[in-house]
Amino acid sequence: MAVYRRSYKPYSGTLTAERSRFLVLFRYSRRNLFRSKFLTVFFVLCFFWPIACLAWIYVAHSASFLAKLGLRSEFVSIDNKFFLIFMSVQGVLAFLLTAFAGPGLISPDLANGALPLYFCRPFSRAEYVLGKSSVLGILLSQITWVPGVILFLIQASFAGATWTWDNLWIAGSLILSSLILIAILSLLAMALSAWVKWRIVAGALLLAVMFFGAGFAQAINAVLRTDSGHFFDLVYLMATVWTNLFLVDNDRAISAGQAWIAILVYCLFCLWLLLRKVRAYEVVR
Amino acid sequence: MSTTSQLGAPASASENTLAGTPPVRLIELNGLTVRFGDRDILRGLTASLGGRAIGLLGPNGAGKSTLINTLLGFYKPVAGSAKVFGHDIHTDIRFIRSLVGYMPENDAFISKMNAVSFIQMMGELSGLPSKVALERAHEALFYVGLAEARYRKLGTYSLGMKQLAKLAQAIVHGPKLLILDEPTNGLDPSARQRMIRMIREIRDAKEMRVVLCSHLLRDVEDTCDEVLILKNGQIAHYSNLDEERRANKRFLELEIYGANGDFTAAVERLGCECAVSPNRMKMVLAEGIDSRDIFRIAADQQVRIRRMNFRRDSLEDIFLKAMES
Repeated sequence: MAVYRRSYKPYSGTLTAERSRFLVLFRYSRRNLFRSKFLTVFFVLCFFWPIACLAWIYVAHSASFLAKLGLRSEFVSIDNKFFLIFMSVQGVLAFLLTAFAGPGLISPDLANGALPLYFCRPFSRAEYVLGKSSVLGILLSQITWVPGVILFLIQASFAGATWTWDNLWIAGSLILSSLILIAILSLLAMALSAWVKWRIVAGALLLAVMFFGAGFAQAINAVLRTDSGHFFDLVYLMATVWTNLFLVDNDRAISAGQAWIAILVYCLFCLWLLLRKVRAYEVVR
Repeated sequence: MSTTSQLGAPASASENTLAGTPPVRLIELNGLTVRFGDRDILRGLTASLGGRAIGLLGPNGAGKSTLINTLLGFYKPVAGSAKVFGHDIHTDIRFIRSLVGYMPENDAFISKMNAVSFIQMMGELSGLPSKVALERAHEALFYVGLAEARYRKLGTYSLGMKQLAKLAQAIVHGPKLLILDEPTNGLDPSARQRMIRMIREIRDAKEMRVVLCSHLLRDVEDTCDEVLILKNGQIAHYSNLDEERRANKRFLELEIYGANGDFTAAVERLGCECAVSPNRMKMVLAEGIDSRDIFRIAADQQVRIRRMNFRRDSLEDIFLKAMES
């Protein structure tokens, strides 16, 4: 039918599968994100460190190049510490990327009252959260565990089967540590943006939670002469879990199990806040 | 205290009867109660509505929007149930939502999206394939009269244009029921007329039913054939405007000269009820009697009829009576 013909016609064609409709939100939100040139450039910059690590792996296996530099092969060994350093740098970049991209996912919908339009359709709140979080999930995966696993595979191809079997757990650690980071960052960014409904303030709040959380933790530890303050420091909790996952020796004030539980509690709190705020209409009691 | 009332008349069989199945009512409420905190917003509503266009009337805070939001599953009732097209809101809300197009009262859009993308996205969320959604987004925007402005960002739209964009997103997926919450809010007279004309077109096209929620009597009177009047969360009155329009044609006001008791007696012998005052007469015509019979009796009795009015209660009268009751 020609669009200029001013008449209404009902739709009787096939419908898309209900389980895949959250991807509609993913598609539109992602397209919207990459309209920002700054974000696009930053996203590209996030791949510089993996490329540098790739070069490092190549150098580590290039005996002639090492000989030219006068370095021993042990100096540039590729092991769990190497991948922990890789993840630490990518983790910081992932945090910054979340601070730029995360708050803009939900707050415009809340600020403009668009949620009733989503939820008056066969589309649930869980699907909405899933659709929006999948944007961050896939974006952060692209700069954390995906390049990490690619680096691992390249290292494996250079080092041979023995090294690969001995260090296969590193691939698992890469994926698991990334997934924890992605989960906490995504949920935190979305919960804060749903709470304040203001993109810029939500971004600032995310930075505050990370940086002031560390300061607050130090203050509690100093004043109360305890280590419990670390539970307020998300960066410390993440570092504790990561060093445990990568089997790097560390002297942490709290155990890995405690850190896991604390992160889980943070995730559940963010999810609760998110589901409380993401409603068609908020009931003021 | 909560009151309940059984309201509504069956719709015509042609509208509501599927082959071999009993008639399906558009909306059925059965003791529906919604509570926010300690306050009952809807109190035991019981009604059965089957019209093509149903108006929800009531003063601000009567519970009109709450009723709509409950039918859409946004609020959970604490007691009672409701059905839309025979589907229970407790168990089939997802299916009900697939049948409904909803135009909310307040601003609801994404300011940085253009109208085509926004409505395409809404179509896709309703289950339309991407290409179909794009085509229908263009069609819906042409239909509501936003064709020239469809690539503009929604944040730059005037209030009237935003209302039209909300209407476009409500019809893009071809719903069976269109729920309009205060669609003429903030519109200037010409934009309001356009909106009302469009709602009438949608109603008359018979592709979808309409539920119109408004506190503007004129809007409801212009577009609806059934009216549910709410007051303090209760049903104050139900009115089938179509039937009332027909029924009220039987209520006559006459200005007469030269009448004596014989004229009144002759009219009453036909079964009509009369109230007489000097030179004025009000009557309710009996079944099978029409104005020609009155003229004939007047001619026989040599009574001069100067004026004859069919007087019917306007929706305003009905509304005011309901508010006073």
